[in-house]
Amino acid sequence: MSEFDFDVISRSIGYLFREGMTFTLTLTALAAFGGIVFGTLLAMMRLSSFKALSLLATGYVNLMRSIPLLLVIFWFYFLVPYIAAWITGASRPVQVGAIASSVITFTLFEAAYYSEIMRAGIQSISRGQVWAGYALGLNYWQTMAKVVLPQAFRNMTPILLTQTIILFQDTSLVYVLSITDFLGAASKIAQRDGRLVEMYLFAALVYFVMSFGLSVLVKRLQKKIAIVR
Amino acid sequence: MNYNWNWGILWQVSVDGHNTWFMTLMHGLAWTLVTAACAWVIALLMGSLVGVMRTTPSKWAQRIGNAWVEAFRNIPLLVQLFLWYFVLPEVLPRAMGDALKQMAPPWGSFVPAVIGLGLFTSARIAEQVRAGIQALPVGQRMAGTALGLTLPQTYRYVILPMAYRIIMPPLTSETMNLIKNTSVALTIGLVELTAAGRSMQEYTFQVFEAFTAATLIYIIVNLIVVNLMRWLEKRVAVPGFIGPQVAEGAH
Repeated sequence: MSEFDFDVISRSIGYLFREGMTFTLTLTALAAFGGIVFGTLLAMMRLSSFKALSLLATGYVNLMRSIPLLLVIFWFYFLVPYIAAWITGASRPVQVGAIASSVITFTLFEAAYYSEIMRAGIQSISRGQVWAGYALGLNYWQTMAKVVLPQAFRNMTPILLTQTIILFQDTSLVYVLSITDFLGAASKIAQRDGRLVEMYLFAALVYFVMSFGLSVLVKRLQKKIAIVR
Repeated sequence: MNYNWNWGILWQVSVDGHNTWFMTLMHGLAWTLVTAACAWVIALLMGSLVGVMRTTPSKWAQRIGNAWVEAFRNIPLLVQLFLWYFVLPEVLPRAMGDALKQMAPPWGSFVPAVIGLGLFTSARIAEQVRAGIQALPVGQRMAGTALGLTLPQTYRYVILPMAYRIIMPPLTSETMNLIKNTSVALTIGLVELTAAGRSMQEYTFQVFEAFTAATLIYIIVNLIVVNLMRWLEKRVAVPGFIGPQVAEGAH
C-alpha cells in the first residue's frame, strides 16, 4: 500500500461537508420530522377503535418493516413518478428527481418505525388519563393533543432520538441513487483521486464520531428527563 | 398515465439465456439466505463472546466489549461493507490483499459481505446477550459460585442457557434484520434478492412486477423465520418460566 495521504482529506473537506454532510443532515431532519408526524398518526390509527383504520395502519407498518430499506428506496424511486402523475392527472410519469424521491422514501419508511415507538408511548399512558380527559368534556383530538401525546412524546424522546441516529446512518443508502450525500461525496473523491482507503476510513470516522457523540448525549438526556415514579 | 402490466415476464427467459426471471429471483433469494446464514453464525459467536465479556467482573473485558459494540453500532452498515471490500485488501500485506482482490465472483463480494454483516450484527446481538444475562437474578450467579463452579462453568451451565431463552424474541427480530440488511451487499456486487429484482427491472422495464415479486418473497421469508423461531422458542421453553421481554428499536 502506498503512503497514507492526509492531503486528499484536507483538500476535499470543504466539499465533503458543504455538499455532502449538508444533504445528509437535511435529509435526516426532514425524514425525522415527517416520519414522527406520520408515525404518530399511524400509531393513533393503529390504536383506534375503527377496525378498518387499525387494520390499514397495521398492514402498512408490517409491510414496511418486513422489506429492506434498499428495496423501498428502489420502489419509491420508480413509484413516485407514477403517483405524482396520478395526482396531477398527467398522462406520463412525472420526473420528481432522486432527491425528492429520497425524502419521500425515508419519511414513509421511517414512519413505520417511529409509529411503533409512538404506539408504545401512547400505550404507556394509563387509560385513566384518557377517561379523565373525556370526563372533562374534551373530544378525542383534544384529549390526544393536550393529555396523551405530550406525555407520550416525553416518555419516548430518548428512543425517538436513538431511532433518528439510526436514520442518520441509514441515509447513507441513498448512495444507490447516486446522490451526493456525505458518503456519496466521499466516494466521488475516492474514485476520482484513487484514494479509497483514506476517504472511506475518514467517512467511517466522521459517522462514528457524530453517531457516538449523539448517543452519549441521548443517554445523558435520558437520565435527566426520566420521570421518577 | 398508464403502465403495461405483464406478469408473464416472470416465466420468460432472462438475460442469461436459459433461466426464467423467476429463477433469477430464486437465485437471488438463495444468495440472500446463504449470506445471512453465514453472517448469523459469526454474529452469534462474536455477539455471545462480547456480550459475556461485558458482564464479567473484569474491567478490561468490559471495556473491550463496550468498544466493540460502539464501533460496530455507530458506523453505517454500508460504510462498514466498503471498509471490508475496498479498504481491507489495501491495508493487508500485499500478497494477502491481492489474493482477496483476485477472488472469483461471487466470492469476492460474498466474503466481505459475510464478515461485514456478521460483525455489524454481532454488536447488536452482544447488546441482547448482555441484557439477557443482566435480566437474570444475581442469585443465579451466586448459586453457581456457591456450588463450586468456576466462572466459565457458571456461564456455561447456569447463566447462558437461561439468557439465550430470554432473548429469543429480540434474537428473532435481529435475524430478520440481518436477512433484510443482506440487501446492502448489493452495493459491493453481491447479486442477492434485491439486486436480482433490480436487474430484472433494468433489463425488462417491468419495474413493478420485479419489485412486487421481490417484496412478496421477503414477506414469505419473514413469515417462515418468525414461525420457525416461535416454534423453537416453545420447544426450548423451561416450564413455569416466562422470560421478560427485552425490546429495542432497530433495523
